[in-house]
Amino acid sequence: MSAPTLEIRNLTKTFPIRTAFGGKAGAVTAVDDVSLRVAAGAVYGLAGESGSGKSTIARMVMGLTRPDSGDILIDGQSIIGVKSHAHRGRVQMVFQNPGASLNPRRTVGQSIRVALDAHGKPAARVGDLLDMVQLPRHFADRYPHELSGGQKQRVAIARALAVEPRLLVLDEPTSALDVSVQAKVIELLEDLGRDLGLTYLFISHDLSLMRNFTAEVGVLYRGRIVETGPTARVFADPQHDYTRLLLASVPVISDEEAALRPDIPLINGELPTAEELLALRQAERKSE
Amino acid sequence: MSDLDLSEQAALSNAWQNWYRFSRNPTAVIGAIIVVVAVLLAVFAPYIVPYPADAGAVVDFQHRHLPPSWEHWFGTDNTGRDNFSRAIYGLRVSLALAGVVLVIAVPVGTVLGILAGYFGGWTEIVIMRLTDIALAIPPLVVALAVAAVLEPTLLNSMLALASLWWTWHARLVYSVTRQVRAQEYIEAAETLGASKLHILFREILPNVISPVAVKTSLDAGFVILIGAALSYLGLGVRPPTPDLGTMVANGANFLPDFWWESMLPATVILVLALGFNLLGDGLRDLFDVEDVR
Repeated sequence: MSAPTLEIRNLTKTFPIRTAFGGKAGAVTAVDDVSLRVAAGAVYGLAGESGSGKSTIARMVMGLTRPDSGDILIDGQSIIGVKSHAHRGRVQMVFQNPGASLNPRRTVGQSIRVALDAHGKPAARVGDLLDMVQLPRHFADRYPHELSGGQKQRVAIARALAVEPRLLVLDEPTSALDVSVQAKVIELLEDLGRDLGLTYLFISHDLSLMRNFTAEVGVLYRGRIVETGPTARVFADPQHDYTRLLLASVPVISDEEAALRPDIPLINGELPTAEELLALRQAERKSE
Repeated sequence: MSDLDLSEQAALSNAWQNWYRFSRNPTAVIGAIIVVVAVLLAVFAPYIVPYPADAGAVVDFQHRHLPPSWEHWFGTDNTGRDNFSRAIYGLRVSLALAGVVLVIAVPVGTVLGILAGYFGGWTEIVIMRLTDIALAIPPLVVALAVAAVLEPTLLNSMLALASLWWTWHARLVYSVTRQVRAQEYIEAAETLGASKLHILFREILPNVISPVAVKTSLDAGFVILIGAALSYLGLGVRPPTPDLGTMVANGANFLPDFWWESMLPATVILVLALGFNLLGDGLRDLFDVEDVR
């Protein structure tokens, strides 16, 4: 078997908490001993709420943040301490908010050309890339403020694809978009993944998207992967209370969906927070 | 239709939109008109003024201290020269001073500010502390000192002002760069593998240009005032070269009887400085809207 496109081994990252005078007051463990493997052409979902360490993992995979320990391998080669330029030709990222990730003073064409120029690809590819993300070619001369959120995200995807990466990190690529647009962008990503043989690391807190888009999922809670496995299995039969809680928080429309929803005891008529629920379960186990 | 046509169209419509918003702002338009008229008058002074010869050392004692009239709009001075002609010529000195000082100071300040804001660390400490030190020195005092030590010429005043003026732009650009640098699109450009040079001058610079343009226009007014102050103190332009500050200084000897000799050139300085300030404010309004869009 060939090496997986992305392999993360025992990745750990802590951030120091500084006092007002710059002294160390403690540390937050953002990512705690995380390991995962994504096979070539697969879609791996990292689920978790804000602060669970999702984006820190994305930044480390991109080489924007250095891990404290552990290793990240792309196609079997470690990226820690490797010259970043070559790495960026293989891994690219689509950011959460396309309104912020495109320079407002530069046209769409100019933004895409940055990627082409940086990796020695012909500038004439701008048109092809716009075709790929199903935007008209003349959008190359538009400024971001003339585009809708969905169109901007398509531009961001085109820009990431310009360097012809093997792995695309999608950091909540649809959370800043209207619900009606989200589905279209996900469809586009699925088509592109199939046509170009891309591997995705899909980061999101949106579990319904996760269920439809990813083949395998890892649930992050406070920097640790608490549950991992094929998406269908994890969603049908969650083993960890935190996964159950996340699933119970998803709004449902139909009865079938409601039947899939795990049972979570309510505290004062509301869904408990993860901390409350875990404390409750521990108390239950003790009393048994 | 080819791609080129489309890009030209887009650029045109953008420029047209900007012009439309600008033209709806009366103070900005007044400022722009004052500045454009002043520049035209200065450039074409020899062909416009009624008494071109009076720009030099002319003495005509029969027409000394004449009050404003149809022949002499601003009256005449101590040696019988036409004050209007000399005031128009004086615009040349004021505008040249503002132009040279800002052409030197603005690029220097902008580049230093971007470098300090983007790289941080030691680059920032060195550049910004140097800026702080320079900011503590009043430009007028340095100009006075330079004029006292070296020759009191226009060129020396320009260099003295320019040597300190960059600090204001460095400060401004530094703080704007800090904001821009935190934006996701800079991180996106880094992720794509863009070079440092590209990020500094292609990604950050376009976002810094609008505040710099506003400040430059406002500064032009200040530089003109300082230049006039230097001339007033006798440290600027040498007679007989016509200069607004010198005219105010000479005319002040004959206050209050021959008030026009100082008050009217002073009014020209005032209007010119006001014009640049109105233009600067108008540009700021224009760019603010653009940022909100």
